[in-house]
Amino acid sequence: MKDNIVNISRRGFVKGFGLTGLVLAVGLPGLSAKEETPKYGRDAMPNGWVDDPLVFVSIAEDGTVTIVAHRAEMGQGVRTSLPMVVADEMEADWEQVKVVQAPGDEEKYGNQNTDGSRSVRHFFMPMRNVGSAARMMLETAAAAMMAVPVKEVKALNHEVVHQPSGRKMGYGELAQAAAKLDVPERSSLQFKSAEDFRYIGKNGSKNVDGQAIATGQTEYGMDIQLDDMVYAVVAHPPAYGDTLKSYDDSETLKVPGVLKTLTLPSSPPPAVFNPLGGVVVVAENTWAAMEGRKKLKIEWEKGPNSDYDSKAFREKMAESASQKGGKVLRELGNAYQTLENAESTISAGYYIPHLAQAPMEPPVATAHFQGDACELWASTQNPQAGVDTVAKWLELKPEQVKVNVTLLGGGFGRKSKPDYLIEAALTSKAMDGRPVKLVWTREDDIQHSYYHTVSFEHLEAAFDENGKTSAWLHRTVAPSISSTFDASSVNQMPIEIGMGVVNVPFAIPNIQLENPAAKNHTRIGWFRSVSNLPHAFAVQSFVAEMAHQQQRDHKDLLLELIGDDREIDPRTLQDDWNYGQSPEVYPINTGRLRRVVELVTDKASWGKSLPSGKGQGLAAHYSFVSYVAAVVEVEVSDDGEVTIPQVDIAIDCGPQVNPERIRSQLEGACVMGISFAMLGEISFKDGVAEQDNFDGYQVTRMDGAPAKINIHFVPADDYNQPLGGVGEPGMPPIAPALCNAIFNATQKRIRNLPIRYQLEA
Amino acid sequence: MQITINNKMHQVDVPDDMPILWALRDVLGMTGTKFGCGKSLCGACTVMLDGNPIRSCVTPVKAAENKKITTIESVSEQPAGRAIQAAWQEINVPQCGYCQSGQIVSATALLNSNSKPSDEDIDNAMSGNICRCGTYTRIRDAIKQAADNLEAGHEG
Repeated sequence: MKDNIVNISRRGFVKGFGLTGLVLAVGLPGLSAKEETPKYGRDAMPNGWVDDPLVFVSIAEDGTVTIVAHRAEMGQGVRTSLPMVVADEMEADWEQVKVVQAPGDEEKYGNQNTDGSRSVRHFFMPMRNVGSAARMMLETAAAAMMAVPVKEVKALNHEVVHQPSGRKMGYGELAQAAAKLDVPERSSLQFKSAEDFRYIGKNGSKNVDGQAIATGQTEYGMDIQLDDMVYAVVAHPPAYGDTLKSYDDSETLKVPGVLKTLTLPSSPPPAVFNPLGGVVVVAENTWAAMEGRKKLKIEWEKGPNSDYDSKAFREKMAESASQKGGKVLRELGNAYQTLENAESTISAGYYIPHLAQAPMEPPVATAHFQGDACELWASTQNPQAGVDTVAKWLELKPEQVKVNVTLLGGGFGRKSKPDYLIEAALTSKAMDGRPVKLVWTREDDIQHSYYHTVSFEHLEAAFDENGKTSAWLHRTVAPSISSTFDASSVNQMPIEIGMGVVNVPFAIPNIQLENPAAKNHTRIGWFRSVSNLPHAFAVQSFVAEMAHQQQRDHKDLLLELIGDDREIDPRTLQDDWNYGQSPEVYPINTGRLRRVVELVTDKASWGKSLPSGKGQGLAAHYSFVSYVAAVVEVEVSDDGEVTIPQVDIAIDCGPQVNPERIRSQLEGACVMGISFAMLGEISFKDGVAEQDNFDGYQVTRMDGAPAKINIHFVPADDYNQPLGGVGEPGMPPIAPALCNAIFNATQKRIRNLPIRYQLEA
Repeated sequence: MQITINNKMHQVDVPDDMPILWALRDVLGMTGTKFGCGKSLCGACTVMLDGNPIRSCVTPVKAAENKKITTIESVSEQPAGRAIQAAWQEINVPQCGYCQSGQIVSATALLNSNSKPSDEDIDNAMSGNICRCGTYTRIRDAIKQAADNLEAGHEG
């Protein structure tokens, strides 16, 4: 495959042909249809947003303030961050706040699909409204009860104080009267000023689940226990699209504790959110179900992907990427001609294999079918999708299905698909309404994920006689997530090319961006930061390669490509998506990108002298309307072992609501970025994933983690400024910064992930 | 069969080869100990058997006969466990938290056997416990803080 850097002095003729891209005809869940007046951000999400204090806040007579968390908690801290906003704005004492989790009900709570690094970005304002309205209602109630003018009272830390007299009433005393009042009009709401914040932007508020986690008292989806409950595991078809032909359960039924086997229907591709089908083993405990499954003798009917070989597919993608053509995503000037006539050029290809999210808690759901209703308890990022799809499969109305959201033992995109909820619900129905906890084992999780795509990125650049970059060519080849919803889809969607292909804001006069076709052969889904991973890996590695070839400092060249400070309307870059945000409110700001590069290189002492075998690497990337840059420092031993003494990460995500959790998200993204870069690979042979647990599918452990991760914020204390995402944008710069550091330490360029044994002598 | 869990004797009627994990979780209803891999690869199921950290997902109940199992639910009965739990909260170690029962049991066992672990000791003792959220740097800090606190004569 063509993964070597090539200096092309005279371009050979390009053979091959362009594949015409198919237009994606189907809308994706979560994307709103084209409307007359475009809607953006929270307004564009299905079921929008709700800011009614009576929905989100209740106050007990003992003063306990209960705040509803309507987004799913999977480690990003949202059960702390959003209720904290309410508490701050309503002047509630965090020590007297209790957080309860909302079940899936978007009509009541607004959008609950917890993905896309959107929770705080979309719900900071609605939660401030909730808190402000609640505070004003408490003040109004207190003024009435004290018989004083409302302007003389002020809510202060769980009390309303009559300022002239110093008389106070606690929130508990005021609860009943306040609840009877009309909710103030949105236009009349008054907000605290930022200098009065107690929790927003501070590091003090304790994680609401911290103590329960440390003492083992939390309840994840895996921990649900119901009376008379049985346990189930599923033998899924080995390859995507395979179906059940026949099975023999005679040995299974002999396993002590096994109660029954059942079949689940297989759905032909596209996968959508449908269960994969297969054989369910129901037992008195999980272990018996797992042991029973081992004893099944199953014959599968091979489907359309049973010959999927990811090694061969890589060659095919590399070939497509090396040939002119494919859907043209953006064209500026004439990149081909410039490359042809340039003084010097450079080209390289980059590969990332499929990845599995592998949250520590595998997918799991408990269902209790009750004839005309079904209640579920599930570790899900997207409970409304659970309600809707379970209702469809059980032929119930959505209002007859309730999905309770437990804590999630990690999600990373996997748990936004409700396929395992449907499996649990169908099994409970087949068990005549006995509650069923349906557990995915690690093998199920790693062999049947909605995987991160597989990708090959081809880049070329030209330099003029002054060494200025004169042309940029990027061909991106990867099966699209849209193939999960439309089997004929072979081109990347706007949301995918808008993750670091079209919206790379480089000031280069000639640009050509293309997307040759690629068909999917497995279920493709979201994995933390999604298409930003391959795109940023390629683009940010390539810039370092360009700098090396031109004998330039990487940082200087990167800043030169970013160019002058300017605000770019993403639509002018053919980015019509812009993470769902308004192009006016969220233009691409090259000054912010420059600033994170400058901040992180300054903090990491970029360019400091390092002994042989050590090196620093830099990368910067704009994603989820935030700007992140990273400097990774590595030490590579003579036998190729990589250690990471230090990582510095700078982020500009606008105003920081819960800085402590922003730090933790970036630290986690750093480790996950290192993990897939060093070790991560799902490969396929005969349609089947070759890895099935943490021995084959390795992830970073303590001994591979950086010794130190330093997080640096670009200061932003105007809370009226737009917020950026946090959970995902930390990931994309890590792999390229790591590989750039390895190059600087060893002169070995990694273009194919994972790094694994490539550095061994 | 009789097994002692957290200093309490339990009578369990399960096959000898059932892993301790499933006896704890599905039979006795003690769900603090987590299922992550089923193959001793991730450490989410770590408990102590006579004080030594073991992976309960591959250790049969039979192996615990006449021995003492300690789970996350009772590590607070040990000074090192209390110090670890306090440091975990103070440093805000957990993200999703699912692996943290296993991390805390492993870390407590480490401090019980090594009151002043070096970075290398920590890496060696903790590398069997995967955290997919990537809390490793905070785990290191929290173990060191707990060790310092214990040395100074307090638990957090």
